[in-house]
Parts: sequence; structure tokens; C-alpha cells
Amino acid sequence: MTTALDDQATLGPVPDGFESWEVEQFLYREARYADESDYDAWEALWTDDALYWVPVASTDDPLRTMSVIYDNRSRIATRLKQVRTGKRYAQAPPSNLRRLVSNIEFLGGRANSSGGVDLEVAANFLVLESRARGTQLWGGRTTYRLRRQDGDLRLAYKKVVLVNNDQPIPTLGFLI
Amino acid sequence: MTSLIEPAAATGGPYDRLIRQDKVHGSMYTDPAIFAEELRKIWYRTWVFVGHESEVPQPNDYVRKRLGLQDVIMTRDRDGEVHLLLNRCAHRGNQVCDDAGGNSSTFRCPYHGWTFRNNGDLVGFPFFKGYGQRKLDLNLGRVPRMETYHGFVFGSFAADGPGLVEHLGAAAGEIDRLARLSPEGQVELTAGWLQHQTRANWKLLAENETDGYHPQFVHGSIFGVTGSPIGALYSDSSTAVTRDLGHGHSENDLRPEFRKFAEPMRWFGTSEDRVPNYVAAMRDRYGEEADKIMIEGGPHVMIFPNLFIAEIQVFNIQPVSVGECIQNSTAVQMVGAPELNQRMVSQCMGSVGPAGMLLADDTEMYERNQAGLECLTPEWLDIRRGLKREQVDENGFTIGGATDETGMRGFWSQYKTLMEAQS
Repeated sequence: MTTALDDQATLGPVPDGFESWEVEQFLYREARYADESDYDAWEALWTDDALYWVPVASTDDPLRTMSVIYDNRSRIATRLKQVRTGKRYAQAPPSNLRRLVSNIEFLGGRANSSGGVDLEVAANFLVLESRARGTQLWGGRTTYRLRRQDGDLRLAYKKVVLVNNDQPIPTLGFLI
Repeated sequence: MTSLIEPAAATGGPYDRLIRQDKVHGSMYTDPAIFAEELRKIWYRTWVFVGHESEVPQPNDYVRKRLGLQDVIMTRDRDGEVHLLLNRCAHRGNQVCDDAGGNSSTFRCPYHGWTFRNNGDLVGFPFFKGYGQRKLDLNLGRVPRMETYHGFVFGSFAADGPGLVEHLGAAAGEIDRLARLSPEGQVELTAGWLQHQTRANWKLLAENETDGYHPQFVHGSIFGVTGSPIGALYSDSSTAVTRDLGHGHSENDLRPEFRKFAEPMRWFGTSEDRVPNYVAAMRDRYGEEADKIMIEGGPHVMIFPNLFIAEIQVFNIQPVSVGECIQNSTAVQMVGAPELNQRMVSQCMGSVGPAGMLLADDTEMYERNQAGLECLTPEWLDIRRGLKREQVDENGFTIGGATDETGMRGFWSQYKTLMEAQS
């Protein structure tokens, strides 16, 4: 599924200044913050123009059709504020989580709204989630856009395409 | 263990023992035999919401749906007529349609190549000499009755019985209210569906949809961080009412609260200056009535057994087994209101579905509720809240306070009637 938002035809060459070791370490760190429900550290990774998107198979335009998650920076903040109350019951108590991130591919460069070029990188993932409801295996492919800001890598975009996003899925309360 | 179900109660129909005015027996949510009986007596008899005509806008469009446990193909034939076909080949029972939707005038079974028109008629089959004839009277099964109301498609497996409008009764007026929010008087369900797997009995959801008692507790986390005024609508001091609309339908009527403020679009969490084109189109269409419509907002109505309309979102509850169901949810789209539609999708996505900031918490409650019911005592679930302060409104409907269980009692009354009906 490709939309105007992530059209591969508009992707440029891989921009300079992104070393694979540093990028991999960033992706693993982001995964660990999510696994450990370290909401402050996870939130600090995002840029101001962030987009966190978990589409369903039938979504072709996230502005006109439903996605599981389609959060801009402000809604990411709201989502995290809610879970920090400790009364976000879908995640209280929090899930026990560990995920594997693999098959990391540098896809290219994508022009961003501040005149720079973000690195677009993709990876496969598996997450094992354990909670009272039972154990759930989640899997799919993530596309990230990374930007260098004040010397550090930041996350501008994370699109998570679940392999079973054409089927009913259980409550997704954790950060995927 | 010795059952505590009161034997003295068993004087009427078979469900008198389990469904009382003020309480319901726990086995109603956990007994597989009762679930099997519900399929026959409710899901495969009464009018059940399936989908919306706008999901198949063009001739030969189709989408896969479910009615009870049955796989249904909702089609629009070349003449524009909508059909509900059963996804089962008339030859050997294979599924003739294997994708979620598309456009085709025929369905060809992959097993032996039998082909059916999108109105269900058998077009042909290979190697006809084996049958000694070119024609066979073996068509796809059809849901015997299909009717629509404002484009909402309902099916009933009962060959005869009350029509859809009779079944909807007063709830039809709530769908009218929804449609009136469109400057063209038409709603669509074209935003696609989220499918949320829920490990709970479907009736826990139907009961919760017009339960005004839970929002401040289950949704306090999101109301608190967003400063949402929704919580106050469901407080002890709210002037909103819970109304038993008859036939198992119920609503949380929030209009008394919105009338107090008398601000157009407050129901939608915005103000008229933010959506000027919509407001102008509404005044153009409805004249003096427009402000009333925009002040009072959309309905919050549970239509028995599986259609829930919550202002800007629509749910289709689909049973799977005694302990599992699927919540399908989508955003309402108003014809002639592009300014509103994108906001509706955005707000709805934040609220509903597996990661929704409201519905994921409701679903957590449903699942813990189902787990809690594995404990066998106390045997009953209490539904007496507000029983002693119920009133009858000017139209003859029973109403309770904003947080009362009037809607649940209406649900169970209809449920019992259907379960005890002689087939």
C-alpha cells in the first residue's frame, strides 16, 4: 500500500551524514524505549512535525479514511499524557514487551518541510506482548524518517504496517 | 454448587429465571448454549445492521460483511439494486468470494468453476453434460429480507415479520437526526472500518453503549488530559436523560445539556466560526431550524442488536463466540460537508478502534468483565440503577437520569421477548 505520503517515486538518493551504525543504534534505542514504556525518552525522540501512523489495509488516504493510529506531534503528546495518568486501562498495568528490529534498509532521502532531506529507512519487526489477556505476537514492517537536529538524530515519521492489518486486531495499547 | 437462581421466579417463560427487571444472570454472558440459541433467535431472525449503501456506490461494487457468523457479500447489481448474498457456493459450499471488496458482475467459485451473477443467480457451470442439462436451479443463498434506512442496510433471515421501519420504531428518528446534520440530508460510511477483536460477550458492549455511568471512570484519563467537557454530560448533575426507545433500542439524549449552552457545533467540540462553510450550507438548507439542529448535534443511540451511533462514529458489533466479538467502527461522513468530514475522521480515529483513546479502555473493561464473570458468585449482574426514579416522557417513553441503567433494562426486555418467541 502506497499513498501520496510515502510514494517511492518521489524518494531521492540516500542523503549524506547518516552512518549505518548510528542509525541502527537509534532504531534499537527507540525500540527499547517503547518496550520499556519509557514515555519521556520516547517522546523526546520526535521532531515537531512528527507523524506516527499505523494504517489498516483499506486505508488509501489517512485524511479521509480510518487508521488505527494517525498522530501528529500534538496527538502523540495527548496519547502519552493519557497513559502517564496510570488510568489508561488498556495499558494499566503496562504490557510486558520485547521486540526485534531486523532487515534494516536505507531506502533514500525525502525532502522535509524545513528544507532539508530526511533519511528514509525501513525495517521488519516482531513484538512479543504479554498481559493478563494473554500473549500476543505482533509483526510487520516499519518505515522511519530520521533527521539530524542539533547534532542528534530525531524521528520525524514512523509508519507501522502490521502484517495482519486487514484482519480484526486486539487492543493495541502500547507504543508499536 | 447449588444454584441460587430463584426457583420461585420460574413461573413465566424460560428466561424469567435468568432475566429479571433489576438483574441478569451471569450465565447469559458465558453459556455457549445460550449463545447458540441467540444466533437462531436473534441474529438469524430480527433486523441486523450489515453496512451502508455508500460502501458499494457503483454498479457491480461489492464488499464482504458478516451477519452473525455468516459471511455475506453486499453487492450492487448493474441496475443499482443492493443484495445480501451468502458466500457459499451452491454446489459444494466453498466460498465464492475471497477478497474484502471490489467490482465484479459475477463471482466464480475457485473449486469447480461455478459462476454466479452479483444478484445470486447461477450463470453457469463447467462440463454441463454431467448434469444432462445446461440449467440448474442452484443459486447463491440470499439473506431473505434486506431493507435500508437512510442508506443503512439491514438484513433479516426471517422470511416474514415486522418490516425494518417497524423494528426501528422511535430509533428511526435518531437516524433521521444524524442525516439532518448533512446539508444535503444524507450520510455516508465511506471512511473504511477499523476491526477491533474483543474477548467479551457481545451483550456487554450493547449494554455499555448507552451506559452513562461509566464514562467518568473509564474515560477519566482522557477527559482529564484534554479538558474535555464530555465527562460533565454523564455526571450526577447532568440534565441529559437515558431513554428506552422500545424494541431494545436506547439512547443517551444529551440535547438538554447542549440546549443550555445554545452554541452551534458545541456538540462537535468546535464553534461555528471554525466551520463557516458548513454552517452557511446548513442555514441555507434548513433555514430557521438550522441552529437548533447544530446546537442539538448527533444522536447517541444503540439500535438492537448491533448498530451503535455515537454522534460522529458508527459501530457494527459482530458476535464471534460466547466470549468473543468484533467491534467494527468508522467515522460518519456528511454529504455536502467537506469541512466537517476530515475533522470527523481525525476525531474518530483518536477515539475508536484498537488504539483509540476511548474505545481501547472500554474494550479493556469488556474483557476484564468477561474474565470476572468466570467467578460464579454473586451470580447476578445488577441493572437496577435509576429504577426508582424512572419517569415517562411526553411521548410515552421511559426515561432515566444521565447515569441510569434504563437503556440496559430496555435491551433485556427485547432480548427476552425474542428468546422466548415460538419459532
